[in-house]
Amino acid sequence: MLFATCLLMVLSPLLTACDASQADAASGAQAAIENKGSDTMVNLALAWAEAYQSQQPDVRLSVTGGGSGTGIAALINGTVDIANASRAIKAEERQKAEANGIEPVEFVVARDAIAIVVNPANPVNQLSLPQLSAIYRGEITNWREVGGEDRPIVLLSRETNSGTHVFFLEHIVRLGEKDNKDLFSPDTLLMPSSEGISTEVRQNPNAIGYDGLGYVTPDMKTVAVAATDDGPYVLPTIATVNDQSYPIARDLYMYTRGEPAGAIKEYIDWVLSPEAQRIVAQLGFVPIKSDFVTALISK
Amino acid sequence: MKLKVNWIELIIESLIRATGYSAILFVVLILIFLLREGLPAFGEVKLEALFGERWYPTEGHFGLLPLIGGSLIVTLGAAAIAVPFGLATAVFIAEVAPRWVREVLKPLIEILGGLPSVVLGFMGMLVLAPFIRTTLNTPTGLTAFTGSLLLAGMALPTLVSVAEDALDSVPRSYRDAALALGATQWQTIWRVTVPAARSGILTAIMLGIGRAIGETMTVMMVTGNAARMPTSLNALFLPVRTMTATIAAEMGEVANGSTHYHVLFTIGIVLFLISFVVNLTASAVVFRQKKRSQRLLS
Repeated sequence: MLFATCLLMVLSPLLTACDASQADAASGAQAAIENKGSDTMVNLALAWAEAYQSQQPDVRLSVTGGGSGTGIAALINGTVDIANASRAIKAEERQKAEANGIEPVEFVVARDAIAIVVNPANPVNQLSLPQLSAIYRGEITNWREVGGEDRPIVLLSRETNSGTHVFFLEHIVRLGEKDNKDLFSPDTLLMPSSEGISTEVRQNPNAIGYDGLGYVTPDMKTVAVAATDDGPYVLPTIATVNDQSYPIARDLYMYTRGEPAGAIKEYIDWVLSPEAQRIVAQLGFVPIKSDFVTALISK
Repeated sequence: MKLKVNWIELIIESLIRATGYSAILFVVLILIFLLREGLPAFGEVKLEALFGERWYPTEGHFGLLPLIGGSLIVTLGAAAIAVPFGLATAVFIAEVAPRWVREVLKPLIEILGGLPSVVLGFMGMLVLAPFIRTTLNTPTGLTAFTGSLLLAGMALPTLVSVAEDALDSVPRSYRDAALALGATQWQTIWRVTVPAARSGILTAIMLGIGRAIGETMTVMMVTGNAARMPTSLNALFLPVRTMTATIAAEMGEVANGSTHYHVLFTIGIVLFLISFVVNLTASAVVFRQKKRSQRLLS
């Protein structure tokens, strides 16, 4: 019952009486939280911030994107309170932070699947990870070689400061092999934003791109992916990511400077709450405490 | 009373002198800053690695050649489109068009110059790139040529405006004399007016090209940013990655003081050198021309 009231409060910020009582419970003073990083997570972070601010009007959250590397760099330089990252912090970044007297603390806040997208006019329905690796290394350059039309393949990727780029390099191009030094083909187009990839995939039948599941719109075609050439080929959905049958999934992180305290701790706690995880599911990402959330939705 | 006037004059004079010298000072300070941040790269990366053909900084590949090649292709392409087109427009406005057409055209072209580059880039991405892909049948519309076209569009207003001013300032008597000697209008334009305005036109071209090589946002949005070596002529119709787009895309990510950071500043030094050489050549040509005309007059 208490939970239902809280939910109601999120949905209708007009219930000011309820808001006020909630605000009194908090520290009372104005708190400002700077949140920056992963472009994959920026819509999620914005939705969280909006929902949180409607029930905690005393907290000012400002959310910006720029890429996971950018967010972690800002955390190291001490200009943000929380960095969003679609990849885990690298060892050298951790060293750099510790040299600056900052201990980054990691929170897994959601999960994400990377969808492989092509133009709707492309007849290719499924690709295996070895095929994807060969395509992005520049070994397969024509769609004919993977069962499509006789068209050149145009490779689209995010910029190197994107966590999605790093994840794709390690898990797809290098197939997760630690000492593999393969790189993206030099012909790969590095797009400065997710939107750049979407625009090109929508209008170019030669293009192949990858992006977070939350960014796939109905005017792009999602390709089923298999871990090996033998299949099974699986489309990314919340169900297939949760039962781990879809092979390209990853955790999404938030990093704080040291153990969070005060308003930042309250915010992180809220992000991990079922209420915030429900927003995760609404935006096409995968909630971390999935059983809890499915129970909530069915209720 | 007299003393007071002198004081004011002294202050104004030194203020003007200070602003003049500050231009030199700023350029020198920028150069020093670039050298301080960029030169350490030569200690951290081997020289032959900097001349490598692969740019993949997060994995330790720091070859600058594809980026330099990309910038050159896009800029030369833009110049090849903008210079003839811009000169023809300037000649038309200054010499051929009736007065009222001129009074409409010139402000319109100058308004074009005020278009934000992001807007142009966005239009290029949504309209020009698909058009180029379908008409030229290239694998993707995000090519060096797309960037060149947009950059030419951005350089044109500057180029036309300055070149037209230069043509306009050629004394009326030159044209009258040419026409009186029996030259046609075309001969007057080509043999008298344009050569007389040559230094101004050259300045116009340099300003236009300067805008093209330094432009970042538009180029980043439409050229595809693939750091491939431009080895043949058809590279114009394939994606490229320019130096400016590389600095803009990667500067936000690097940790201060890392090798990648220093190499990005080395790219800045290369850009600085290129525009320095371009300007130096331009002023050398202008000076030489002046001496010759002075010789002719004496």
